[in-house]
Amino acid sequence: MKKPMIFSEFFRNNGVVMGSILFFLVAFWIIFLILLPQISMLDYSLHPNPINLDAGERADEYTLKNYKYLIFGPEGSSDAFNKVDLMVFVRTIIAAMAVTIMNLFLCYPLAYFLAQSKGGGFVRLLVILLIVPYWINEILRAFALRIIFAPSENGLINGIMMKMGLIDQAYDFINTDIALYAGLGYAYILLMLFPMYNVIESLDRNQIEAARDMGASWTRIHRRVVIPHAKPGIASGMTMVFMLSAGALAAPQVLGGTSSLWFTQLVYQWFNDTLNWQQGAAYAIVLLVASIAIVLTFMKIFKVNMGDIGK
Amino acid sequence: MSSGVDVNLENIWIKFGDFVAVREANVNINGGDFFSFLGPSGCGKTTILRAVSGFLDPSEGRVLIGGNDMAGLGPNKRPTALIFQNLALFPLMKVWENITFSMEVKGATAGERRKRADELLDMIALSGQGDKFPSELSGGQKQRVAIARALCAEPDVLLLDEPLSALDLKLRQHMRSELREIQKRVGITFIYITHDQGEALTMSDSVAVMRAGIIDQIGDGHAVYDQPATPFVASFVGENNVFRGKVTAVNGDEATIASNRSGELVSKITPAAVGKLNVGDDAMMFVRPEMLQMGEGDAKSTISAKVINEEFEGNTYSIYLEGEGGKQIKMAMPNLGNDPHKAKGDMMSFNYNANNAVVMPAGDLASE
Repeated sequence: MKKPMIFSEFFRNNGVVMGSILFFLVAFWIIFLILLPQISMLDYSLHPNPINLDAGERADEYTLKNYKYLIFGPEGSSDAFNKVDLMVFVRTIIAAMAVTIMNLFLCYPLAYFLAQSKGGGFVRLLVILLIVPYWINEILRAFALRIIFAPSENGLINGIMMKMGLIDQAYDFINTDIALYAGLGYAYILLMLFPMYNVIESLDRNQIEAARDMGASWTRIHRRVVIPHAKPGIASGMTMVFMLSAGALAAPQVLGGTSSLWFTQLVYQWFNDTLNWQQGAAYAIVLLVASIAIVLTFMKIFKVNMGDIGK
Repeated sequence: MSSGVDVNLENIWIKFGDFVAVREANVNINGGDFFSFLGPSGCGKTTILRAVSGFLDPSEGRVLIGGNDMAGLGPNKRPTALIFQNLALFPLMKVWENITFSMEVKGATAGERRKRADELLDMIALSGQGDKFPSELSGGQKQRVAIARALCAEPDVLLLDEPLSALDLKLRQHMRSELREIQKRVGITFIYITHDQGEALTMSDSVAVMRAGIIDQIGDGHAVYDQPATPFVASFVGENNVFRGKVTAVNGDEATIASNRSGELVSKITPAAVGKLNVGDDAMMFVRPEMLQMGEGDAKSTISAKVINEEFEGNTYSIYLEGEGGKQIKMAMPNLGNDPHKAKGDMMSFNYNANNAVVMPAGDLASE
């Protein structure tokens, strides 16, 4: 990574007026769009809910009770832990990982094909076809999938399978979570595809040919040449898909079954239904910190640098 | 290490759609030879190399290596190793891993590979550099690693696709002799692709000169340089003065042409054209700049022209002359310590030995 430009040099290169505008915009972005919302969220999570104070509690005092609630549940409950919410949390993380890995296996061959085939115009058309659906709002796309997976003869897949006589009874894609996984995978697939496409495209084709010339099988070429080269892109894609899947709300709301609660839905309920923003903030912070910790751990294991991801 | 294996190209045609990249190539390369394909970019020489290495199949014809038909065998199944123009070292593998990649593919243990890598590093004078990454090496060192990596596979034939083109002049000249040295030591067949006639002439046992998919001439350096088969070869390999005209007399292997602007000129008929040149044919006569000397000679091998410019190039003086009708002629004289200086605008006479000039039927010249 390059060293950040020293301020004086920055102003000299861009002029005082343009330099000030750029500097102000960056400062605005960092302070108002990144730092303040997170700090305010953290602050909320450390206060009790003012309309629901315990005896002797003050609304402006700091407390960890919101975090305790997530772990141990309401005071006086018969269970030692808040089993229900913790289960939802763990399930969300594992499901987000599953979605990430599923997208990885879907996207790698696709990215390789797009990047290394000599198709030219044809490949560009394919890439545009991949992008076009994303001009439509995420929630609308989730509803479209809901229609495709609907568990009755009106559903696209069920309808076709029943007409063809493959099944008598409509299959419940919703409650088996198949629709949810498909929806989550679909929602963020481009964020996996494009970073991988970019790095694989930058791979010198001669390296692949050199490996082949030396007798390497396709699996070895990918293991030793393509994947090591593509690692930053793979890491970048996996990080984004994992973070966004774990924090997704639209797909779980629209496509989730009755029994499958996503952790973000709990956060949403605290904010929206219970109006307990403090508790919701604590849940959100836990999800954020846990997700970042998981990403950092995996980056450590697979020896990926933070700088590589930002490329 | 396996020694020389013959490579035969039998009537190879390579077409991409309507475009014919290689036309009727018949080449027999003797085992253990250093063989070069020389030609301008886009002449199809790399395409031929890719057909030998197995990255593409010829549309027609056969590639035989050691007498075995290579049809249907991919590059990973052929006894060839290719050195790419940009070398294509693996940037994320250490030098020793790069060199022994072909052994890794065959399942050799790390210990065996390390040992072999050290041997090869000794051979290319890079001992102790095995744990570096390619990016930490200089251009010439990378070059040698690429050669070691190709030799590690113990190929019967080594294919080199302009591997020296990225190096600077001094290093390129040094690598020429080093490559030749390595080739003699390992004794395998080298097939070398280049657009640099200097490289081709200095290193090769045999050179094939290519033009737009056609092989114009195959021969050793002397034959290609002194007895070019076509006007293209004459003008592409080295520098040449061309005189166009009609044949006025043919006498055995000698012919006289009435040149358009320089009078009657006599010269040898190039061996490939003996018997094909008749009185009245359009012909081209070539005399190399270094074959010209000052002073008058035989009437039919003396030209007079005006001095336009003189350039001092260290080992030679180049004198640029303009003959009648603006005919451009170049003459090269060795620097023998006395400046042959002629004032600009002077008329001078110079001549050549008819044995050192060649005439052949007119044809396309190499475009500069």
